[in-house]
Amino acid sequence: MTQTMPNDDPTAARRRWMAVLARADRAMIEARLQDGPPLPAHVRLRGPESGLVMVRGRAGGTGAPFNLGEMSVTRCSVRLPGGQVGHAYVAGRDQRQAELAAVLDAWLQDPDHAPRLQQAVIAPLEAAQRARRAERTGKAAATRVQFFAMQAMRS
Amino acid sequence: MAYVAVKGGERAIDNAHAWLAEERRGDPALPDLTLPQLREQLGRAVDRAMAEGSLYDPDLGALAVKQAQGDLIEAAFLLRAYRTTLPRFAHSRPIDTAAMQVERRISAVFKDLPGGQVLGPTYDYTHRLLDFALAAGGPVPPAPRTDTPVEAMPRVSDILRAEGMMETDAPSEAEPGDLTREPLSFPAERDVRLQALARGDEGFLLGLGYSTQRGYGGSHPFAGEIRMGEVTVEIEPPELGFAIEIGDLVVTECQMVNQFKGSKTVPPQFTRGYGLVFGFSERKAMAMALVDRAMRAEELGEDVTAPAQNVEFVLYHSDNIEATGFVEHLKLPHYVDFQSELQNLRRLRAEVERARDRPAPALVDGDTDTPTTASQAGSLP
Repeated sequence: MTQTMPNDDPTAARRRWMAVLARADRAMIEARLQDGPPLPAHVRLRGPESGLVMVRGRAGGTGAPFNLGEMSVTRCSVRLPGGQVGHAYVAGRDQRQAELAAVLDAWLQDPDHAPRLQQAVIAPLEAAQRARRAERTGKAAATRVQFFAMQAMRS
Repeated sequence: MAYVAVKGGERAIDNAHAWLAEERRGDPALPDLTLPQLREQLGRAVDRAMAEGSLYDPDLGALAVKQAQGDLIEAAFLLRAYRTTLPRFAHSRPIDTAAMQVERRISAVFKDLPGGQVLGPTYDYTHRLLDFALAAGGPVPPAPRTDTPVEAMPRVSDILRAEGMMETDAPSEAEPGDLTREPLSFPAERDVRLQALARGDEGFLLGLGYSTQRGYGGSHPFAGEIRMGEVTVEIEPPELGFAIEIGDLVVTECQMVNQFKGSKTVPPQFTRGYGLVFGFSERKAMAMALVDRAMRAEELGEDVTAPAQNVEFVLYHSDNIEATGFVEHLKLPHYVDFQSELQNLRRLRAEVERARDRPAPALVDGDTDTPTTASQAGSLP
């Protein structure tokens, strides 16, 4: 999970926004971009294209890896006029989502735009994802069993 | 066996498919099912299609279920066929089920365990009475929430291992075998067995798992832990050089705890069978764990006597796409084969009748000639 990333990792910030964009669907990203300046012109270096990732598990949870099955993934790589190269790998088959994520990945590497994008796009998407997770965690917590000790009243 | 090209039937096939499409749509006065409806409201069907189709994509799973009219083996078949059209970009890092965003987690071996017993959205404890209120439709009240801080939920197997009561998994980063790349071969190691079980037919594995409980290779199982929820998938694209999260998957994991009497080198301890399945598929995860443990019999020095312990038997028959292919191929024209069978049978009967008419007790002579020439094709009505 994103919260556990160490702060001294130079890639931590980028990994965080890539993780957020991977989980945000196209409509949510577009909604966050609506009020800001238009996306920069970009050159597609690769894709967007859909393919597969083979998901692995471990025997017993901690043992040797095995192939569990595949998932659909869409990837895209773009370059901005300023030279920044952005990449995206997102679960599912939405090519527009992958392209938007790649453009944002490149744009967020531009220090002139990063603070605004962090605030207008990444932070609200992350908050929405955290809220969804908290809601499901809260529902799970409500189904936690509270055991009561049954005492025989004998005196 | 002779093969004969036969033409014809194109119009019948086209018309059959047109009728299939109409039947699939059903009464046009009723609204068409949308994929989001299927994904949201028939989630267990979509999960099963994804697990046995070995492709995680809830939207495609919903489409497959719709296209197959709810026939889940057909839906899995559609997903298997679709995946062959896509390139593989990468493999993931092994998912970490200890870090799961847990929605359900129960243990049948410890009542009080860190993180507690979390029932989640379960059918357990329902009365299995048909709910006519559901038939009528209508709004569903929101489920209660508790905003207590979540405790860490260590795996039960890790708790037992800390006490030295549980076998340890040898830490390994060996490249696992892959059934989508190399066909099944024997002896099959545990990595390949687990892959085959994860995409194996739920009904077949359920029956085999049940057979181990009924004494066919019993190994005294306890449901050490079952957990279900979202896990993060990470890949390490070479162009980046570091790992990134690409999304989440719902998986169900089962750790079955089994007795083991020990050996010359290993003290008596618990062993495990492991189940891990795409989606919320508790029955399948439990059955998989039972069968995984049964197939470890030889490794653990146990007698291999029961079907579930026979690795070849299990793996050659667990894949429902292969099974349905071979069973259903019997529908294809076997006109020539059958013609030769029919001729043999007629000849044998003629011999028997001749022998009956004759006084001498002559048996059937060895007629090994089985004519299956092309000229006989299609002569059956």
